[in-house]
Amino acid sequence: MIALSLGPARVQSVIKEALARGADRGIHLEDPAFDKLDAFGIASVIADAAKAEGFDLLLTGLQSDDFGFAQTGVISAELLGLPHATIVMDVELKDGTLRVKRELESGFFQWVGMPLPAVLTIQSGVNTLRYATLKGIITAKKKEIKKLNAAALSIDQSLLSPRMEFCRVYLPVKNKQTQFIQGTPAEIAVKLLDKLKNEARVF
Amino acid sequence: MANGILVFIEHVDGKINRATYEAIRAAQLIGAEIGQEISAVLFGQGIGDAAAEIATKKIKTIFTVESQWLKTYTADGYTHAFRQVIEQLRPDLLLMAHTYQVRDFAPKLAASFKQMLIGDNIGYKLENGRPVFTRQVFQGKLSADVIPLGEPPHFVSFQIGSFRGDECEAGKAEIKALSVNLDPDLVRQLPEERFKEAKAAVDLTQAPLIVSVGRGIKEQQNIEIVQKLARALGAEIAASRPICDNEWLPMDRQIGSSGQTVAPKLYLAVGISGAIQHLVGMKGARTIVAINKDPEAPIFEIADYGIVGDLFEIVPALTTEAEKMNKQ
Repeated sequence: MIALSLGPARVQSVIKEALARGADRGIHLEDPAFDKLDAFGIASVIADAAKAEGFDLLLTGLQSDDFGFAQTGVISAELLGLPHATIVMDVELKDGTLRVKRELESGFFQWVGMPLPAVLTIQSGVNTLRYATLKGIITAKKKEIKKLNAAALSIDQSLLSPRMEFCRVYLPVKNKQTQFIQGTPAEIAVKLLDKLKNEARVF
Repeated sequence: MANGILVFIEHVDGKINRATYEAIRAAQLIGAEIGQEISAVLFGQGIGDAAAEIATKKIKTIFTVESQWLKTYTADGYTHAFRQVIEQLRPDLLLMAHTYQVRDFAPKLAASFKQMLIGDNIGYKLENGRPVFTRQVFQGKLSADVIPLGEPPHFVSFQIGSFRGDECEAGKAEIKALSVNLDPDLVRQLPEERFKEAKAAVDLTQAPLIVSVGRGIKEQQNIEIVQKLARALGAEIAASRPICDNEWLPMDRQIGSSGQTVAPKLYLAVGISGAIQHLVGMKGARTIVAINKDPEAPIFEIADYGIVGDLFEIVPALTTEAEKMNKQ
């Protein structure tokens, strides 16, 4: 199991954490050229590094907490020419084929089969991370973390040019204006349900 | 003249995903502003009725792509078919609702054109004659205005609820079949039947509707009137900390910094004043309703709809009305 991350020096602590919890070795992708990548650029670098390693399964999260593109895994799959599934809740391996449980909308789920190698994006909260034992923490110190920069990867520079531009970032415009509903209790009930249905469309 | 806006129509066995109408509405608004024609595309097998339904909206042409390999959605099947449609029609802009299905295949489709999806937008504005898209970053703490770069096609999706699907302009679209070449070997996913499963523990994070009760309920026996309202609305019941501390409701119903964090479509707060410890657990809800006798209660600062009054009168009235609505 390889723990791979792209980012500045601080992501090393996450890789070390993964090593302490059982990953065999780490790869840290770091370069000033990677600093402002969008999802396409990040996926291009990750796909390139992963390809060089060779693997059966590439696992990613669903979505980041910062820009929340929610695409790194899927774009990587396309660039690597591999099948993928998103929002995966469960994984089974049978006779060298993968069977994964996907979460769909409105409370539905679906099992989907696919050949290996494959790329899966995993839903949060579906597994509990094992504890890092003292032994794990000690052995982690001896495990390798390979550092790769843009020069070390054979990546096509055109893949790193931006696909989107941030024009501006700002505090969300507060458009919540509380509408106070008045009348008798019965009138309020009618008005509120009408607004919830036709204005807020929650039903 | 550019080649217009193409809207993706999502359906399961011909039943159109409601969010699709929001994407159509977004396309109608943007199309009118930038002077581009709108067409739509749907994939599947036996999708004539679904196409006819969409054709009642103001759209120039509905393109249908039928194949046995598109009967059930797969990321590979849809991407290969959609890619060929884009190559044939050469649209400038692809608009989609940001559904689970779109999240599954659209980044792959865009990447096959060496583009990325400008995903999960909550709106747009027009600047220098072109649309600039607004998306939330850092988990909604900030907003960002973004534009797609590079040669079209550009791929854009809108968060559910960003546009009003019921405001789609009506019209009469022509329906045209498009053919694509689908090599079944390229479809690597084998989907099984969709299913639902009974939920074991209470997972309020997945509940679309939540009715939550606070200290204003006064006594344990009064909880029942809120439970009745929750049932009538088809909502889960939840509570603020004092209610759970008193064991009037179990701990797994607690919302807030020491309980669960939820972001349902509707959060109806009954007799909850809105201490910050509670607000952090629910302020992400799409629509917040507050019923409280104190007009100064902080809960009203984040509420979309506020009712200042006696919950013991208002909650039963709401229950009666909700039951009436269910019968209709």
